[in-house]
Amino acid sequence: MTHDMPAAVGEILNRHLGREGALLPILHDIQAEFGYVPEEVQPQITKALNISKAEVHGVVSFYHDFRDHKAGAHVVKLCRAEACQAVGADRVAAHAKRALGVDWHGTSADGVTLEPVFCLGLCACGPAAMVDGRLMGRVDEARVDAVLAGVRG
Amino acid sequence: MKIYVPLDSAAVALGADEVVAAIGDRAQVVRNGSRGMVWLEPLVEVETDAGRMAFGPMTVEDVPGLFGDLSKHPKALGLTEDLSWMKGQTRLTFARVGVIDPLSLADYRAHGGLVGLQRAVGMEPAAVVAEVTASGLRGRGGAGFPTGIKWKTVSEAKADRKYIVCNADEGDSATFADRMLMEGDPFTLIEGMAIAGLACGAVKGFVYIRSEYPVAIRVMEQAIVLARAEGVLGTSVLGSGRVFDMEVRVGAGAYVCGEETSLLNSLEGKRGVVRAKPPLPALEGFMGKPTVVNNVISLATVPVIMERGAAFYQAFGLGRSRGTIPLQIAGNVRFGGLYECAFGVSLGDIVDGIGGGTLTGRPVKAVQVGGPLGAYFPRRLFDTPFAYEEFAGKDGLIGHAGLTVFDDSADMLSQARFAMEFCAIESCGKCTPCRIGAVRGVETVDRIARGDASAIPLLTDLCATMKAGSLCALGGFTPYPVLSALTHFPDDFAVKEAAE
Repeated sequence: MTHDMPAAVGEILNRHLGREGALLPILHDIQAEFGYVPEEVQPQITKALNISKAEVHGVVSFYHDFRDHKAGAHVVKLCRAEACQAVGADRVAAHAKRALGVDWHGTSADGVTLEPVFCLGLCACGPAAMVDGRLMGRVDEARVDAVLAGVRG
Repeated sequence: MKIYVPLDSAAVALGADEVVAAIGDRAQVVRNGSRGMVWLEPLVEVETDAGRMAFGPMTVEDVPGLFGDLSKHPKALGLTEDLSWMKGQTRLTFARVGVIDPLSLADYRAHGGLVGLQRAVGMEPAAVVAEVTASGLRGRGGAGFPTGIKWKTVSEAKADRKYIVCNADEGDSATFADRMLMEGDPFTLIEGMAIAGLACGAVKGFVYIRSEYPVAIRVMEQAIVLARAEGVLGTSVLGSGRVFDMEVRVGAGAYVCGEETSLLNSLEGKRGVVRAKPPLPALEGFMGKPTVVNNVISLATVPVIMERGAAFYQAFGLGRSRGTIPLQIAGNVRFGGLYECAFGVSLGDIVDGIGGGTLTGRPVKAVQVGGPLGAYFPRRLFDTPFAYEEFAGKDGLIGHAGLTVFDDSADMLSQARFAMEFCAIESCGKCTPCRIGAVRGVETVDRIARGDASAIPLLTDLCATMKAGSLCALGGFTPYPVLSALTHFPDDFAVKEAAE
């Protein structure tokens, strides 16, 4: 645990304590702060919310968004859902996996994490992607190459 | 000079922000919602004396031309209101989306906003519930339960606290109406929730938005702050002395949280696991208190019903499907986007007419209606009118009214496999038919793919178990895409058998 981690978590907890159903907002803020939900901060949460370690771990592990380790420096999310499949998402995904040398949830040697996403609501302009939070429509193989070249510097 | 450039996610994904940067300070830019013509995004509009002129799809290179002779602009489409896509619609829920500045309450009021809430403030709660019931509005999330009946249950329940929860966990592929509404006209949702609060005696509301919708989250949060500052929300709604306030909560990437009881658990800070019903959320919902859980479109349609009356809304539609439905036409389609019209248009008219057939120009093979839990319809069923009972009668569902078009290159066995795979990934794990059934389902489809025809009756049997034995629609409806693929496209399951 880094030196200032408890202080940062304490600040986040203070922001949300007293709210109904505070755990998800707390976990979102922790992930925004550290890039993942470190296991070592969980006791601090259980104490503040007066819930068990199992409950916190259960929630962190249930939701796809919460990570138990840091992602790469860049995160590329590709939509795998039906509307994007209908316009070639599987082909685009296969290309991205080859280009990065990883499967879903993997991180390439140079720090690009590839993740599946099931729908970004861009179903009339698929295949859709989100690169470091930026939305993209009509993504094809060339676009993937351009994106990867961009984030890899 | 005033130029409208959508802030809508689809427009942004296709370059709207770059267009805004290219315009710079040469014009007043308004970031509006999308008009729904996604194939023309970014669709930019310039205000002229004749009306708003549309240009699209715009690129950065097309921007300088906006400051010359507009009629000669290569991307000129004419007046927005005159475009056939716009003229064919009956926009009630989406009347203001794309028209107004989504974050201007003055603009909202100038276009009929808050009239419904103002009327509701002066009515007895029971009269508001009766009006919504009389409109025939049914849940637009997919289940189609009458909204007024749900409200009545909550309003008559005795409790110290009640809640209005808006389900904005729009996870179905091919659906983006909730997103477009929240991004393009957030005050409509706020108004609808405030009306629900007054009608049901709830003072607190939550909008549970999926994390995959960052733009919708931002716009809704900003709109709530503005509405509170102007007295639309807070301790005295429109000066009535009655309390209603609300906040945004963000999901965490679990599809199953679109199911109302999972959503409530998630909102409470728990795993998004489905609850058995009864008790109904209307009696024991959020924190065990009576709770209205309604879809975005259901709630956002309430203001127009209160503004123009139940009879006006009820006059549109077909059979027991009253009013309008925002169709979301997606996938491999030439003209994809959002098109609001009365219930009753045939599937063929939607796909071939409004949608213009496939983007690739190849024949349409199948249309999945209602998201990942919806059935695949072949051309043979294109005469089916778009409405709740009519689709149920053909072993399908309209769901949240999303349609995914596939051309003849689609392999329906792969689509059936994906439906099972998706269910396995997203299952909350509470009930066995869904948790284990979906995994067995993938394996069984793989057996068929390897040429084992004896696995076909096994798949049918498994689907029957999932349908009858699952707690919620995830396990219960996954059989729809699987069985419809098998029933309507047997060749895709048999060809591989022959290849063995």
